[in-house]
Amino acid sequence: MTAGARHLYVHLPFCAHRCGYCDFVTVVGRRAEHGSYVDALLSELELERALLAPELETVFLGGGTPTFTEPRELRRLLEALPAAVEVTVEANPETVTPELAALLRAGGVTRVSLGAQTFDPALLHVLERVAGPDDVRHAFYHLRDAGFDNISLDLIYGIPGQSASGLDADIDEALALGPEHLSCYELEAKPGTRFTHRHGEELARQAVALEGYFERVVTRLTAAGYRWYETANFCLPPEAQGGRDLRSQHNLGYWLGHDYLGVGVGAVSTVRGRRWRNTPRLPTYTAALARGDTPPREIEELSAGVLLQERVMLGLRLDEPLPLDGLAPVLDGAALTRLERLELVARGPADRGEALTLTPRGRLLGDGVTAELLV
Amino acid sequence: MQLDRIRNFSIIAHIDHGKSTLADRILEVTDTVSGREMREQLLDSMDLERERGITIKAQAVRVLWKGHQLNLIDTPGHVDFTYEVSRSLQACEGAVLVVDAAQGVEAQTVANAYLAIENDLELLPVVNKIDLPQADPDAAATEIAELIGGEPDDVLRISAKTGQGIEDVLDAVVERIPAPSGDRAASARALIFDSSYDQYRGVVAFVRVVDGSFGTGEELLAMAQGTRFEAEELGFFSPTMRAVETLEAGEVGYVITGLKDVSRLRVGDTLTSRANPAAGPLPGYKDVKPMVFAGLFPTDSDEYPELRDALEKLKLNDAALVYEPETSNALGFGFRCGFLGLLHMEIVRERLEREFDLDLLVTAPNVAYRVLTLAGEEVEVHNPAEMPPDIERVEEPYIRASIIVPKEYVGPVMELCTERRGRFDHMEYLSEERPLLIYELPLAEVVVDFYDQLKSRTRGYASFDYDVIGFREGSLVKLDVLIAGESVDALSLIVHRDSAYGRGRALVDRLREEIPRQMFDVPVQAAIGSRIIARETIKAKRKDVLAKCYGGDITRKRKLLERQKKGKKRMKQVGAVEVPQEAFLAVLNLNENGK
Repeated sequence: MTAGARHLYVHLPFCAHRCGYCDFVTVVGRRAEHGSYVDALLSELELERALLAPELETVFLGGGTPTFTEPRELRRLLEALPAAVEVTVEANPETVTPELAALLRAGGVTRVSLGAQTFDPALLHVLERVAGPDDVRHAFYHLRDAGFDNISLDLIYGIPGQSASGLDADIDEALALGPEHLSCYELEAKPGTRFTHRHGEELARQAVALEGYFERVVTRLTAAGYRWYETANFCLPPEAQGGRDLRSQHNLGYWLGHDYLGVGVGAVSTVRGRRWRNTPRLPTYTAALARGDTPPREIEELSAGVLLQERVMLGLRLDEPLPLDGLAPVLDGAALTRLERLELVARGPADRGEALTLTPRGRLLGDGVTAELLV
Repeated sequence: MQLDRIRNFSIIAHIDHGKSTLADRILEVTDTVSGREMREQLLDSMDLERERGITIKAQAVRVLWKGHQLNLIDTPGHVDFTYEVSRSLQACEGAVLVVDAAQGVEAQTVANAYLAIENDLELLPVVNKIDLPQADPDAAATEIAELIGGEPDDVLRISAKTGQGIEDVLDAVVERIPAPSGDRAASARALIFDSSYDQYRGVVAFVRVVDGSFGTGEELLAMAQGTRFEAEELGFFSPTMRAVETLEAGEVGYVITGLKDVSRLRVGDTLTSRANPAAGPLPGYKDVKPMVFAGLFPTDSDEYPELRDALEKLKLNDAALVYEPETSNALGFGFRCGFLGLLHMEIVRERLEREFDLDLLVTAPNVAYRVLTLAGEEVEVHNPAEMPPDIERVEEPYIRASIIVPKEYVGPVMELCTERRGRFDHMEYLSEERPLLIYELPLAEVVVDFYDQLKSRTRGYASFDYDVIGFREGSLVKLDVLIAGESVDALSLIVHRDSAYGRGRALVDRLREEIPRQMFDVPVQAAIGSRIIARETIKAKRKDVLAKCYGGDITRKRKLLERQKKGKKRMKQVGAVEVPQEAFLAVLNLNENGK
């Protein structure tokens, strides 16, 4: 810990269009501001550099649409960022050209997370995505051609109007591309978004049918040989890939409770028991850094108890057993026994003492199980 | 006052037929209060003598009229308090029977008139509200004459509101109601017809002296209960408290006892002198037993001590209220309370919620059952959960119901009574348009939403009253509800065998809707003994996890989790199943609606 955070998150908020379901900090267009924003990012990084370890494990460029950023500015940013073993960039299919793929590659990016979402044109339209199904495939090929051997596809299921067979078709399309990694999210209609306003009723009506989709995704992907290593994340196992660990090392950092520094508008950091969120307002963010000040932040001090709670909450999302060592103060022993009897959790030996795993059904009910387990 | 100069009477009427307005007018016409005082004091529920710290309602007011002492004795309005009403009537020689000129005779008029006749009272029929545009005094007078016998012409026609005919009523009280009889030389005896509790003076008894006389400071004895006390003060209300040295045979007044518990001085008991006790008590005392029971639980279990304190306070002034602690696996700690009837229950519940600011969960009301076990033991059961397992025979209380409806609704009313296991007794016509139906019904069928059904099936025209006539054997079974195999005591019911299936089905369906899905399948069953008569399964959740959780989501996710945990704390635990309080409320409401 004293060595500093070994994970760096960089937020690039710009998008061509804000999708209705999105609740991230995004900014549409404003190409003229990309340069000043990258300046601000680099200033913030400079201000916080002391919090980072000398050697980084991961860098993650998320958005927004990082690949929508003006290529010149994106290149400048990649060149200025510290090196890391894993450097991931989120990309939207319609932005991935051979030139962009080459730019990323040259900029030290090792992994690309491609926001495919679905291959059904009608559903892409519902999601207000710019790309068509062919854009997804083409983007994937461009990345492969540029030499990327670690590509992740994002899929969204539970889209209004999506049938079970439609979901199967999406999974087939995704598997056909042979990605090293898949992230599958149920569409979350967050209150207040334009999307929920438009489709909320339809989603409520579909709710019972949608319940089975998660299980279906898990069954299909594990049958295809993927490892269900986190609630929503799947990767090819090491034995198929010459011993490579294809889990998202950056995200693994979050789930294992490691420190991380986040820079950019709305970015969140957690370092040494303190979590902060930068202002989500772009002008405020850039103006502060232009003055050489840290941007306005919302700060949350995390007590030892809260950190333990989060350790359980996040750790139980993983397929690897969670060592119980030191977690006793936040665990409800009676609930643990009850959940074991219901075959939702299993206890087993670990290096030191015992460890906890959720059974497959326990993982589908992870939030309920965690709420029971925590005192 | 000479006995032949005293008249003791009550006013009896259906609700809103003008009883209190007539009483107020009598006080005015007799100059007992001025018009100004009237507004200031009496409309304020006669909370008198505030400055002396006494807030006892005057249960009897003395007025003077043309050289006579008239004692107007108040009676509780509703038949839940039949026994109290009959004791008040026993203190009188006559009653003014008031009927609304626009509405005619109603069920409560009938029930009260019967009570008065049973107590040998001279009835003085009066048609009130003759000033109303829709008044039909002749029709109302004909209905009264039909009900109590006599001629429509003998019925007085008045308007308590305008004051028209009030003096005629007072004259008729003097002329037609007999003077009390009593032996002033005999040992003193007085009937306690009401009592109240005052926090400074203790129990105040309202009495009608029957024989002899009582003096201030005298040592007294309540003959049935054996309670002894000193008469700290004697007096009467007119309308404020007036202390006197003695109360004599024929007179009505109050006795301040200094006793600290109303249950030690019960209505109907006889007061006598300890130094010179009467040979025997006045007839008619009985220990009133509650007939309707329900569990009262605080919605917030932390409010249990407040509920206990509130019940203690209510009990001070309500000898008929009984309660004992009850523990329910589903609802936690509360009290099983016994009431005289439905209205009494409503009053208590409302006072607890309004005066004591408590939020209550009330179980479905049930009646008292007399159970003979196979072992030959007789027990009275006040709580379905306590029904013994091996039953030879169960008896339940029956009532005689008087229902008056416009004749076009006779069909729907008979249908309702039949559905409720009623036995038709007879029907009589009070007028061509309005028959009076007499039914015998199990009280249990009436405590569950009978009144609402009656009103809805007759567009609100039916009027209904009842009195308890005794216990009868019934084909009754205990219906249990099981959630995940655990019996939920608060939802147990005693029902007639024929309606068990329907009730069980309705309960199970409702619970399936109300109980949120859990992490495992939850069977919900209705059972009679070990036989399951209805079953539904609440299917387990298939998914309960937020898909995304990255660096920026952790705090939000943790807060959602905390909210989820907090929600669970409000749940009631039945075995491993978490049941929201709302589910119990919904089911308890369902019971009230009897669907």
